[in-house]
Amino acid sequence: MDINATLIGQSIAMAVFVWFTLKFVWPPINAAIEERQKKIADGLAHTDRAEKDLQIAQDKAKDILREAKDQGAAIIKQAQKREGKLIEEATIKANEERDHILAQARAEVEAEKSRLREDLRKQVAALAVAGAERILQREIDDAAHSDILEKLVQEL
Amino acid sequence: MADSNISVQGYISHHLTDLTVGEGFWAVNLGALGWSLILGTLFIITFAVVGRRATTGVPGKFQCLIEMIIEFVNGCVKETFHVKDKLIGPIALTIFMWIFLMNLMKLVPVDWFPTVAGMVGLALNSSALPEYAADYSFLERVMAHPWSYLTIAPTTDVNITMGMSLGVFILILGYSIYYKGLGGFSKELAFTPFNHWLFVPFNLVLELVTLLSKPVSLGLRLFGNLYAGEVIFILIALVGLAQLPLHFAWAVFHILVIVLQAFIFMMLSIVYLSMAAEKH
Repeated sequence: MDINATLIGQSIAMAVFVWFTLKFVWPPINAAIEERQKKIADGLAHTDRAEKDLQIAQDKAKDILREAKDQGAAIIKQAQKREGKLIEEATIKANEERDHILAQARAEVEAEKSRLREDLRKQVAALAVAGAERILQREIDDAAHSDILEKLVQEL
Repeated sequence: MADSNISVQGYISHHLTDLTVGEGFWAVNLGALGWSLILGTLFIITFAVVGRRATTGVPGKFQCLIEMIIEFVNGCVKETFHVKDKLIGPIALTIFMWIFLMNLMKLVPVDWFPTVAGMVGLALNSSALPEYAADYSFLERVMAHPWSYLTIAPTTDVNITMGMSLGVFILILGYSIYYKGLGGFSKELAFTPFNHWLFVPFNLVLELVTLLSKPVSLGLRLFGNLYAGEVIFILIALVGLAQLPLHFAWAVFHILVIVLQAFIFMMLSIVYLSMAAEKH
């Protein structure tokens, strides 16, 4: 096996292949790799940021929830307070009403009682006068002795 | 090879001789250079097609493979070659893939390609058959046909390996002159290792030997490894049925040699070029 022109041919072929690789092989594949590396790096950074955002959102949600709970508790407390007050007020009002109605009823009964008593007294007086008239017949003059009768009626 | 008409010596030399065209220095080894060009073209076309279709999104499996190779080569380059240079990556990739593919051809059983090439030769160009072989059996005529001398493993040819190391040598010179200037390069040759004008001739001899030893060692290392491996393959092919396990074992071992020698050639080229590019 001698050294011959194959050597030169191989060297020329090498130059051509290296040139071809430099022009058409290396740049597109390398560019694709670098582009993808950048994409992956961006994606990872994005994930990190999203995780942080999620953490913040969760914290915020927790805060809002706690606040809402507090507010709810406050509202319930207030409502309970108001309820008690309302009931108290209603009770007081009802009591007043009852007392009022009772007092009115009592006054009416009293008035009726006194009216009835007056009636009764008048009727008894009339009855007594009638009875006395019958007993005394003409001896007693209504007009002359009315003051006495009046006094009698008062005493009944 | 059980044919008694062909001697052992003839069998071996048949396998180690390539079909040549031309006379003297201007002869060309058709098998070696032909396969070298076929494999180099296969490499650049495959890679260029993948590069053209390369997606920056989720890559296909083949694109992944190609990208892994490129990343590997790029890693080797970045580790060793610290000057920013556009050319070094493509050089390393071409050297690695091309030598790898040429070495890979050694795994084709030694008799397979010569037999096929000889048969094709008999069918297409029967007039090329030497006259003395006219009465031979079919297989002998196949092996006597000049086309059966085409070899398939280019890196077992010293012209191919030295051709590549010559290319690297020219690149070393080019890088030295590009990065250090002609003056700087000459100064380095004349004033290292002994920085005194009295030592200039001595330095020159020393540095020129160093410089020339680089391509020679590069080319001969690859050639020696693969030529020796090829000889062993041929010898194994001579031992009858026992060749089956032996061939398998040697081929498995050669899987390592194939990748390793391609890697060594690429790595040393990068180292030599980085030495040429970096100022001392």
